[in-house]
Amino acid sequence: MPTTAPALGDVTASDSTLRRFLHGLPGVDTVGLEARAASLGTRSIKTTAKAYAIDLAISMVDLTTLEGADTPGKVRALGAKAVHPDPTDRTTPTTAAVCVYPDMVATAKDAVAGSGVKVASVATAFPAGRAALDVKLADVHDAVAAGADEIDMVIDRGAFLAGKYMKVYDEITAVKEACGTSARLKVIFETGELSTYDNIRRASWLGMLAGADFIKTSTGKVAVNATPANTLLMLEAVRDFRAQTGVQVGVKPAGGIRTTKDAIKFLVLVNETAGADWLDNHWFRFGASSLLNDLLMQRQKLATGRYSGPDYVTVD
Amino acid sequence: MASASAFEYAPAPESRSVVDIAPSYGLFIDGEFTEAADGKVFKTVSPSTEEVLSEVAQAGAEDVDRAVKAARRAFEKWSALPGSERAKYLFRIARIIQERSRELAVLETLDNGKPIKETRDADLPLVAAHFFYYAGWADKLDHAGFGANPRPLGVAGQVIPWNFPLLMLAWKIAPALATGNTVVLKPAETTPLSALFFADICRQAGLPKGVVNILPGYGDAGAALVEHPDVNKVAFTGSTAVGKAIARQVAGTDKKVTLELGGKGANIVFDDAPIDQAVEGVVTGIFFNQGQVCCAGSRLLVQESIHDELLDSLKRRLSTLRLGDPLDKNTDIGAINSAEQLSRITSLVEQGEAEGAERWSPACALPSSGYWFAPTLFTNVTQAHTIARDEIFGPVLSVLTFRTPDEAVAKANNSQYGLSAGIWTEKGSRILAVASKLRAGVIWSNTFNKFDPTSPFGGYKESGFGREGGRHGLEAYLDV
Repeated sequence: MPTTAPALGDVTASDSTLRRFLHGLPGVDTVGLEARAASLGTRSIKTTAKAYAIDLAISMVDLTTLEGADTPGKVRALGAKAVHPDPTDRTTPTTAAVCVYPDMVATAKDAVAGSGVKVASVATAFPAGRAALDVKLADVHDAVAAGADEIDMVIDRGAFLAGKYMKVYDEITAVKEACGTSARLKVIFETGELSTYDNIRRASWLGMLAGADFIKTSTGKVAVNATPANTLLMLEAVRDFRAQTGVQVGVKPAGGIRTTKDAIKFLVLVNETAGADWLDNHWFRFGASSLLNDLLMQRQKLATGRYSGPDYVTVD
Repeated sequence: MASASAFEYAPAPESRSVVDIAPSYGLFIDGEFTEAADGKVFKTVSPSTEEVLSEVAQAGAEDVDRAVKAARRAFEKWSALPGSERAKYLFRIARIIQERSRELAVLETLDNGKPIKETRDADLPLVAAHFFYYAGWADKLDHAGFGANPRPLGVAGQVIPWNFPLLMLAWKIAPALATGNTVVLKPAETTPLSALFFADICRQAGLPKGVVNILPGYGDAGAALVEHPDVNKVAFTGSTAVGKAIARQVAGTDKKVTLELGGKGANIVFDDAPIDQAVEGVVTGIFFNQGQVCCAGSRLLVQESIHDELLDSLKRRLSTLRLGDPLDKNTDIGAINSAEQLSRITSLVEQGEAEGAERWSPACALPSSGYWFAPTLFTNVTQAHTIARDEIFGPVLSVLTFRTPDEAVAKANNSQYGLSAGIWTEKGSRILAVASKLRAGVIWSNTFNKFDPTSPFGGYKESGFGREGGRHGLEAYLDV
């Protein structure tokens, strides 16, 4: 079991100490947070900075397929794309990972073997998270046994909203333990369902206290997913957590980020909030499926001066 | 001054080609550009490069007299127009400002030194909004709460500062015209250009001759305007010292006066504040327009229990501010408006150090030409320090502490000024309780430096009297 960093004292000793700690975190002013996110969105990123940002963003993509209709063929195609995102330009960086359901982990591992691309798996009864802990842990064990490098778990939003923070904490620590030393744990809050920014800040700290390696906004399966504001808030949380404990935690906005312009805005948030230490795919990821093609088209445009169009990137 | 990072933003300068600055400009009197009677001219420079932008005619007493006479002639017809007709002109001006906003934003940045981000996203939208807002009032004056058919005062003599040249012009001219007054306006000597472009906009809008007159010049022209016997209303925004001189000049006359003067705004952060947003608000409060804002939150009053935490956050945030070319879209901090202002800031900061306050600035390279001052904060400041009392009008924040809400209120009010204040807390009842005790014209809660044409603005004590903006702003131009 991970223990709380000494700097924070024994805040996870009991339900009440945990509640008191989470509710004692500084509040979030909605208007101010959104204004700050919007103002960082007006940074003008051009030329060499843009080229750098596009390659960085590509290297941070968790190329994702999470459909009921996923087949080995689909997953292999995705894996191939992760390894060579742009077949016309082999200088294109690989993506960070492919993200699949647990039963596809072995196929995905095989597809990206030797490339350095990681395989992430959404375990723990994704996306609802509504299953018994044993079932969730079995899901995780399956994925880890099949070779998953990263586990994306969803928290029990029902428990969180009911104020049962200790239950959520215990689940995360159990899943973290099930990940063992071989898999990094990303904890998905489903920020759209947590609804308030205060809840998102509390969830962020709860996840980090429980040993999350990454905190992640959403499953991509609800109406509101990653936004600049909720990502900014989570970046503040990881920054403050490292300042207090020395432990660095990654951030992954997921869902709804579709364009290069959006992705670059998120990189600006990282750069000016958490700082340059997070500008690396070990610490920041994009959970996205359609983003990559736009990044590739913009990359081609920078290289050739012309905008090529969707037939010049692969459909996978 | 970007933080050390692999992600260095490439320069993103706004194009200067959208604005065409002539080598010389005249005074704008009775609808025409004309030379000064004594032929005097002065140069206006770009504070970020010290480049001479243009040569501008310098108004003297004779020119003031000509302009006031023109305004007096125009007043007869202008004030007799139905409100709905005056509204048409004002709406037209507002729309032209919107259409030319990119050009005006670049011009303002060149002449003033403030970042294009601020002129583009704050100044120009507000300038247009003020004209739209008061255009809406022009035909509804009977319903403004000043009785039926309130009368205009006559000729308004207006003197504005250099920190928001076009916005202060809008604050002055829009309500004056809406209520049927005519105007003689003197922009500051360091920032005359946007007012001269506005003169051109008046012509473009077909505004009748003499309704608006623009006289670039120095303090002597301002004094002549204030003293002119045929001026009915004096409106001034600027320093408290000049405001006092104006008050003495008009004492005993029947001129109406409004004064918007200096400030030393208290930004009060309680221990339950939303810290990240409070830090942003403190930054906005004092570093917006390089702190050259009369309502700047230049005194940070922070509850002692969170002092260290807040200061750490604030210093980290200041290290991410980008100082440099104001035409670059990524610049947060531009140039100080003039060499004179820079030396005033420098001497007050030196005094702060000499009196024992602790000075801090982020690592920050300043451009080699132009007038620059790094964002600066002072800790260990007490009410007894000069930098806690005098208006610095620059990017310098004085940090003081308090223990209880009562102490916060007492310290916030312990100032010769009373223009603005800010309150940061998550507790709504505390906002109301504290706000009702603060002696300041504008009080923001969980935000700072937000402006809107519908909201009145003005001061207590040495920050002046009268209100601009909102329905209250009409009163200053009506005989009520």
